[in-house]
Amino acid sequence: MDNLCKKHPTGVLSLFFVFAITLLPLTIFAKVEGDTITLGAAVSLTGKYSTNGKHTKNGYDLGVKIINKAGGIVVNGKKYKVAIKYYDDESTPARGAQLAERLINQDKVKFLLGPYGSGLTKAMAPIAEKYKVPMVEANGASLSLFNKGYKYLFAILSTTEQYLQSVITLAASISKDPKKIRIAGVFENDPFSQDIRKGVFKDAKKLGMKIVIDDKLPQDLNDMSATLTKIKALKPDLLVVSGHAKGATLAIRQIADMKVNVPMLAMTHCDSADIIGKFGKAAEYTLCASQWDRSLSYKDKYFGSAEDFAQLFQKTYNYAPPYQAAESAAAILVYKDALERAGSFDTLKVRDAIAATNTQTFYGNIKFDSTGKNIAKPMVLYQVQDGQFKVVAPAKWAKSKLRWPTPPWDKRK
Amino acid sequence: MLDNLAILFNTPVLIVDLMINGMLIGAIFILAAYGMALVWGVMNIINVSQGEYVMLGGYITLVVVKLGLHPLLGIPIAAIALYFIGWLMYRSIIYRVVDRDVFISLLATFGISIFLAQLTNQLFGADVQTIDTKLGSWSFMNSMVSLAVIKVIAFFLALAFGFALWVFLKKSRTGQAIRATSQNARAARILGIDTHRIYTITYSLSAALCGAAGSLVVMAWAVHPYIGLPYTIRSFMVVIVAGLGNLPGVIVAGLGLGAAENFAGFILGTEFQIAFVFLLMIFVLIWRNRRLRRRRKYLK
Repeated sequence: MDNLCKKHPTGVLSLFFVFAITLLPLTIFAKVEGDTITLGAAVSLTGKYSTNGKHTKNGYDLGVKIINKAGGIVVNGKKYKVAIKYYDDESTPARGAQLAERLINQDKVKFLLGPYGSGLTKAMAPIAEKYKVPMVEANGASLSLFNKGYKYLFAILSTTEQYLQSVITLAASISKDPKKIRIAGVFENDPFSQDIRKGVFKDAKKLGMKIVIDDKLPQDLNDMSATLTKIKALKPDLLVVSGHAKGATLAIRQIADMKVNVPMLAMTHCDSADIIGKFGKAAEYTLCASQWDRSLSYKDKYFGSAEDFAQLFQKTYNYAPPYQAAESAAAILVYKDALERAGSFDTLKVRDAIAATNTQTFYGNIKFDSTGKNIAKPMVLYQVQDGQFKVVAPAKWAKSKLRWPTPPWDKRK
Repeated sequence: MLDNLAILFNTPVLIVDLMINGMLIGAIFILAAYGMALVWGVMNIINVSQGEYVMLGGYITLVVVKLGLHPLLGIPIAAIALYFIGWLMYRSIIYRVVDRDVFISLLATFGISIFLAQLTNQLFGADVQTIDTKLGSWSFMNSMVSLAVIKVIAFFLALAFGFALWVFLKKSRTGQAIRATSQNARAARILGIDTHRIYTITYSLSAALCGAAGSLVVMAWAVHPYIGLPYTIRSFMVVIVAGLGNLPGVIVAGLGLGAAENFAGFILGTEFQIAFVFLLMIFVLIWRNRRLRRRRKYLK
C-alpha cells in the first residue's frame, strides 16, 4: 500500500475521494431550472434495439410536445415546460446502468423515463431505486422486474406473462371441450419469451389443456425445422411462438415452406417483424399479441382518442405508431398527472402520487398495483385478416370475428 | 426424449424430413466454411468476421430486390460486391496482420465484425429482414416431407461452388499459386509468386463465397445486423471437423453437422441442439487426436 501511494499519489487520493463521496448521505436536488422540468432517459439509439429505441424516443418526444402545447405541467399554480435529457445506451445493459447514474448524479435529473426493453430496464431500475428516483417505464414488460420489491419503478404496459394468455382464453371459448386441446409451445430461451411461456402454460394447465411440445429455441439458432417436423407429427390444435421479431419471421417463413398445418397459430412481435408486409398471404390467420391498437376506444384530453394519437403520430413521424411509441407517449402523461397531484418536486411525494395514479389515457387505463405494474389494461389480440391486423380479442374491444380453424395449406388460396 | 424417439419410430418418414432439412441448412454452412478454410489454410488467419460477410451478402440481396431485380440475381451480385468488400478489407487492414501472431489477426477480424454489424445497423436499421422468392416448396407423402425450392437451389449451388473451387485450385495458374503459397509462402515468394496478390485474391474470394451464402440465407431464412456470429461459429466448426485444406471434407462435415443438429433438436429438444453439435465436435477432435498419435508412433 505504501509503495502504491508513492507511485500513484494522485490516483490513490482520488480513489479515497470517490469512496468518501459514495458514503455521503444522498441528497438530490430538483432538476427544475426556471420554468422547465427535465426528465431523464437512456434509450437505444444504436445497437440491436435501435429500431424500437427510436419508437420509444419518438413517443416520448410527442408526449412532451403535446403537453407543452397544452400549457405544460402546473405545479403549485406555476406552469412548467417539460424537456427530456437523452442518452444513447447502445443497447447494452451495462451502459444503461452507467447512464442512469450519470443522469441522476451529474445531470441531477429527478424523474426518469424507462429505456427500451426488459433487459435494459432491469439494469437501470436498481440505480433508480438506490437513489430513490421515480422511474416510469413503458417498454420493460418482464415480470421479473416486479418481484424484486422495487418501490420507485412503475410500468404502464401489461407484463409479459399476460402477452398470450388471452389466446388460451380464446381457444377455450371456441372449443367444445377445453381439456381436449393440445398445445405446442415454442419459446426462445431468453427471459422475455420464457415469461410468456410461464403465463401461457399456467393458464393452459388451469383449464386442463395438454402440452404436447415445449421447445426452447436457443438465441443463436436461425432455423426451426426440427421443431416444425415434430409439430407435423403431433398435430397440436394450437401453436404458440415467441422469439422476438426473428422468431416471428422464421416461424411464418418455415411454417409456409414446410407446409405445417395448425388450426390456430399465435405469436408475439408480428408487427415489429412486419409479417404482413413480408409474407402477404402466408401470414393470414396468424394471431398476434399487442399492447395497444389504434382502434381501441380509450381517450384522454391531451391526445384525444387512440385513433387521434395515431393520426398525429403519423403526421409527425411519417409512419404508423407501433405500440412501443404509444406506450412511451403515455408515460409522459403519467408524469404530468402525478406531478400535478403531488403539487411538489419532492421525489417521495411524486413517487406516492404516481403510485396512486388512476386514470385513462389514449393508450388504456392506468392503475398500478403495489409492485408497480399496470393492472388496469388488458392485452389485445390481433388476427391477420385479408392483409390487415384486426382486433379479435378480448371480446369487449373486438371489432372483428375470429377466423378459425386455419385451413390446411393445400386448401389455402 | 423417449417420446420423441417414439414419434420417429411411429412415423419413420419424418427421418427423411429431418435429414433433408438438416442437410439443406448444412449447405449454407458449407459455403461460409469454404471461405474460412481458404483464408485459414492459405493465410493462417482465423477470420472471425466470416459471419458478417454472410450477413452483408443478405443485405446486398435486399438492395437488389428493392431495385426491382429478381432475388436470384442477388446471388451473383452479392458475391461480386463482397469480392470487392473483401478486397478493400484486405488492402486496408488484413495485409497488416497477415504474417503476425494469430492473436493479432483474431483481434483485427473481430474488430471488422463489430464494425460491419454496426455499420449495417446504421444503414438498414436493426429489423429482421427476409425476402420472399415466391418459389414455394415441394411436398411429398401428404406434406410429411417438404422441401423449400430456394433451399434446394442453395444446396446444389453449394456443391457446385465447392466443385468449381476445387477445379480452380487444382487447374488454374492462380489456384496453383494459392496452393503453393499455402504450403510455403517464403518459397513461393522466392519462386516469383506475388504472395501479396495471392493473399488479396484468397481473402476476396472467401468474402465472395460468404456473400453468395448470405444471399441464400436471406431468401431461405432471415437476416439482421447481428446474425453473423452463429455463421462464424458453424463455419469454424465445419472447418475443424473437416480438417484444414480438405474441401470434400468440408462438404461432408457441413452436411453431416446440419443433419446431426436437426436430429439432436428433434430428439433432445431444441435447447440442446447447439450444445449437441459442440459435443460432437469435441468427440471428433479427440478421435482425430488419437488417430494422429497412432500415426506418430508408427512414424517413430
